[in-house]
Amino acid sequence: MRHRSLAYRRGIDLGIRLISSLAALFGIAMLSWILGTVMLKGGPAINWEFFTELPAPPGMPGGGLANAILGTLLITLLAVVLGVPIGLAAGVWLAEFGQQSKTAETVRFAANLLMGTPSIIIGVFVYVVMVMTTGQFSGSAGAVALAIIMLPVVARTSEDILALVPSALREAALALGVPRWKATVGVVFRAAKTGLLTGTLLAIARVSGETAPLLFTALNSPYWPESFNEPTANLTVTIFNYAMSPYDDWQTLAWGASLLIAASVLGTTIITRGFLWYRSRQS
Amino acid sequence: MMLTTSGNLPGSPQTAPLTLSAIKAGTSPVPKEIKIATRGLNFYYGTHQALFENHLQIATNRVTAIIGPSGCGKSTHLRTYNRIFELYRGQTVSGEVLLDGQNILDSSCNVLELRRKVGMIFQKPTPFPMSVFDNIAYGLKQHYRINRSDLRDRVEKALQQAALWDDVKDKLNHPGTALSGGQQQRLCIARAIAVEPEVLLMDEPTSAIDPVATSRIEELIDILKERYTIVIVTHNMQQAARISDFTAFFYQGKIIEFGATRKIFTNPDNRQTQDYITGRFG
Repeated sequence: MRHRSLAYRRGIDLGIRLISSLAALFGIAMLSWILGTVMLKGGPAINWEFFTELPAPPGMPGGGLANAILGTLLITLLAVVLGVPIGLAAGVWLAEFGQQSKTAETVRFAANLLMGTPSIIIGVFVYVVMVMTTGQFSGSAGAVALAIIMLPVVARTSEDILALVPSALREAALALGVPRWKATVGVVFRAAKTGLLTGTLLAIARVSGETAPLLFTALNSPYWPESFNEPTANLTVTIFNYAMSPYDDWQTLAWGASLLIAASVLGTTIITRGFLWYRSRQS
Repeated sequence: MMLTTSGNLPGSPQTAPLTLSAIKAGTSPVPKEIKIATRGLNFYYGTHQALFENHLQIATNRVTAIIGPSGCGKSTHLRTYNRIFELYRGQTVSGEVLLDGQNILDSSCNVLELRRKVGMIFQKPTPFPMSVFDNIAYGLKQHYRINRSDLRDRVEKALQQAALWDDVKDKLNHPGTALSGGQQQRLCIARAIAVEPEVLLMDEPTSAIDPVATSRIEELIDILKERYTIVIVTHNMQQAARISDFTAFFYQGKIIEFGATRKIFTNPDNRQTQDYITGRFG
């Protein structure tokens, strides 16, 4: 047996290290480029008016996206109210009751499929089911679409997180003569609360950039959102509309809205990381 | 001793709950001083049978130790006494477990009340992620309508019984998980006795804690047996010899020998028991 030349092996090692480092660098560079562009172009749009005023008609100076910011917050809030409890309950069922049963495997498979479904399909679905039947684009239809997108994300993450709670803790609660649901809510949820919160925040981050489903449901509006039964202003569709418009100030506002969404997703992720870090420090 | 039963049963593993041999082997009716009696107990993990025709009698206000090599079914046997195995899919049981003469495996048995009467301590301490006080109050509030001051008294009493009060009286609001391992285990004992059980099941309660904490828990068990019937699964034969009144030796899902601890450890009837306690296998 002959030794392979050391220089050759060193060379291969160096080459692979170089290529993988470059790939990593490329990814980071793309992210910084995107964030940098959004900040450069969107930065000038961020001012007091941006957060407090309605959009100005084309040609008029000033104006802001206060209605779209509020609309996005309201739609997301309603989506959370609709999607998170159902998703959480489904996650509880999968982790605590369904376990490895056929039904549970089917539900899991369906959730994975739903998670992989392009959001535009969910938008069209809600358009058919809610917008066409009521003859009205509405904020509530938008919230339903986002809730459907959140549902499998929340269900699967909460299932995973509940599965991490040691079964000894479950047994200990049940061994005291506590009914299963009480043990789940009182002890298992408590043990998993940071994780469950993290899952919810990630699901919110996941839907906060969705445009297609809202385009078919909430549409957009130049006015303040007054009811969930009418087209409701929101940031992503506003970006879509304004970025395509020929007016410079609208395009700037679209950049500003992009910056705002990017910043809030980043913020949510950092908060999530913070929770996880806090949790790991605790235990 | 008068409690000897079952020894080497002609094991016909696939037999139905109560066969003729099972009725013959179990003493019927159950004597007064017997708290728990198992008759023809078989246990299955899916299709794998883990217990074969177990007959055992647990004496009231005594400590009964269950010993045997790993995987012999000690814990499995114990876990039928409060039906905790039902948490898992595919685990099934046949035969009878009589608590004060009532078959607790019967579907008419109220599992919640059963588990109040039959508390359990686990191998690893399992404090709930809440304060020391709430750890004890949790089970209490489940079973009793109770006002605040009574609740405080009951929590204090339980902690005193578990010899933990002096350690934690100034940190009742601290998280239970912040206590030391031995303290956590005594917290779990306090939590179990707070709901006023009659039986305490202990599944290797000291295997995860240090020797000093272990001896404190052994002392505690010696005091607790005045009020509770205790069944303890242990890997530690010295521990079984020190703290138990009766010992059952399990091997491959069967009860090989059962009798007074002194007899089992000095002059066992069975060759396998002799080999195990002298350390020849296991």
